[in-house]
Amino acid sequence: MTTSQLVHQYFREEKLPHIWCPGCGHGIIMHAVIRAIDNLKVDTDKLCIVSGIGCSSRASGYMNFNTLHTTHGRALAFATGLKMANPELEVLVLTGDGDASAIGGNHLIHAARRNIDITTIAFNNNIYGMTGGQYSPTTCSGDYGTTAPYGNIDKPFDLCNLAQSAGASYVARSTAYYAKQLTGFIENAIKNKGFSFVEAVSSCPTYYGRKNRKGDAVAMLQHLKEGFVDIKIAEKKPELAESKILMGEFHNEPEEEYTDRYQQIIDLLSKEK
Amino acid sequence: MSKTYKLLQGNEACVEGAIAAGMVFYAGYPITPSTEIAEIASQKLPAIGGHFIQMEDEIAGMAATLGGALAGKKSMTATSGPGFSLKQENLGFGCIAEIPCVVVNVQRGGPSTGLPTSPAQGDIMQAKWGTHGDHPVIALYPNSVQEIYDVTITAFNLAEKFRTPVILLLDEIIGHMREKVDLSSKESIPIVDRKRPTCPPAEYLPYKADDDMIPAMADFGSGYKYHVTGLMHDVTGFPSNNSDVSLDLMNRLINKIDCNKDEIIRYESFMLEDAEVAFVAFGATSRATKEVVIRLRSEGVKAGLFRPITIWPLAESQLKELSENVDQIIVAEMNMGQYFYEVQRVACKNSSVSFYGRYDGQPLNPDELYDYTKEVLS
Repeated sequence: MTTSQLVHQYFREEKLPHIWCPGCGHGIIMHAVIRAIDNLKVDTDKLCIVSGIGCSSRASGYMNFNTLHTTHGRALAFATGLKMANPELEVLVLTGDGDASAIGGNHLIHAARRNIDITTIAFNNNIYGMTGGQYSPTTCSGDYGTTAPYGNIDKPFDLCNLAQSAGASYVARSTAYYAKQLTGFIENAIKNKGFSFVEAVSSCPTYYGRKNRKGDAVAMLQHLKEGFVDIKIAEKKPELAESKILMGEFHNEPEEEYTDRYQQIIDLLSKEK
Repeated sequence: MSKTYKLLQGNEACVEGAIAAGMVFYAGYPITPSTEIAEIASQKLPAIGGHFIQMEDEIAGMAATLGGALAGKKSMTATSGPGFSLKQENLGFGCIAEIPCVVVNVQRGGPSTGLPTSPAQGDIMQAKWGTHGDHPVIALYPNSVQEIYDVTITAFNLAEKFRTPVILLLDEIIGHMREKVDLSSKESIPIVDRKRPTCPPAEYLPYKADDDMIPAMADFGSGYKYHVTGLMHDVTGFPSNNSDVSLDLMNRLINKIDCNKDEIIRYESFMLEDAEVAFVAFGATSRATKEVVIRLRSEGVKAGLFRPITIWPLAESQLKELSENVDQIIVAEMNMGQYFYEVQRVACKNSSVSFYGRYDGQPLNPDELYDYTKEVLS
């Protein structure tokens, strides 16, 4: 399907153009999400897209599904309610680095721990874009933000490590540059019946780029290409892993899913009657 | 109709009432003195094919409850003081996005961790103004275990009908009290289900209200693809910065409650026909107050009690009428005067309004209220 066909079929065309700045990586990630949905022929009547607050979370409004734009950080908690109340729903959460791992960090680790069948795609641009460039939990130490005028003294989260150690059964990272690979990861994430976490590294030339002298949108996209190395390549050339960020499918081990476990209780109780 | 009596704890009656109303989803977090509600919901819901989940925190409990309601299931959460504070932001989301659900707050002494196992009626104003911005509120306040059962059903009915979260305020005293409950009382309370769209999905405008000011609500997953947001939105459900759109939405959210006060407001009048002194009290306090009324009557004092069951919206016209018929109104509550100021605002033109409160973690003592009343009347 061509991009314009995708737009016509899945987007609320009257809501476009989107609000993101020129050069922002979020549009590419939204494209990858839609392409994965199309490739898998997901039943769009059952498809719910839940988002929080921030630049990334505006993506829900452009897509013509059941869409829920919630409060800051709480997308996964709303999504858990949707999925638990009706396990037949296909639930995707679109979130950002601040939304998912700062204000929403507790919901992220617990949704992962339960292994509830929700696919989370974190648009990670290493900054709070919507509010104008404050440092986030994924801003590197030493980087600048409007609230880190002397350099960030926090240590950043590795979102994939966080999700995996909390119990997610599928974990992957790619970038807005590797759109095809990212699409494949999102497909695998949706296919996994359990909690899936995909970190989609994005770029924010407007705030993060300008504050940190990362160059223009093209230079930042170049970094999303050259600053990352696939884990399979890094296994053969470990020296690459020292200077680059790892990407790839880190974890893909299906485990019993949460609403299925609950259904077993319902079934057991109905037999006892 | 045959009666089905059971000895129930107040918190237990709340779950029984919720299930009688059609609750099939509960999301919550443990907190004293509401915890039994979660415990009993976790036991009962899977047995009827429903779902219970203990969330990671109070905020998530409120969010998941709204998610469950959007999936088309009647949903409830319960909490106490500090947890009620934590739920406020998402409660506001429920108000603006018009998501029906029931939020129970079994009150305890505050502020902060306060007195976790002691009774208080300190969340009267938080129930009205806890979330930011102007917003519609329906809050109900039962005063017996039987009434907890009945009013919980009513809370779901009002939530479904008016598409808004309904707050159920309970007292620790009644939440933990055991009384005889007639479960067959549900037969006399018709169950209300939210209005769902009947138009084809392509024509569905999720926030276009009918003449009753209530828009039809589609279940997520039912083929009606629409957008839900906490931002100001137009009839399509999409965000708008247009001030006319905001004005229309705000007015409708408030008016759908205000214009239906007659249906929403419930109260009990006790010995008020010829009363010269009237008490205003709710929940556990109203039981102590009733005792005082009876004692005063036995001494020839024409006393009576006005007991709001719907505490929000305020029963303004009823209180105004009351103030025209009595000389003295005494508002008795377990706080520092939260409802008193509201009653005073409405009633002070026509009668003298005074306040008797207790806020030390002890229930209101009828003897002390009696002494206070004698002092006021002398």
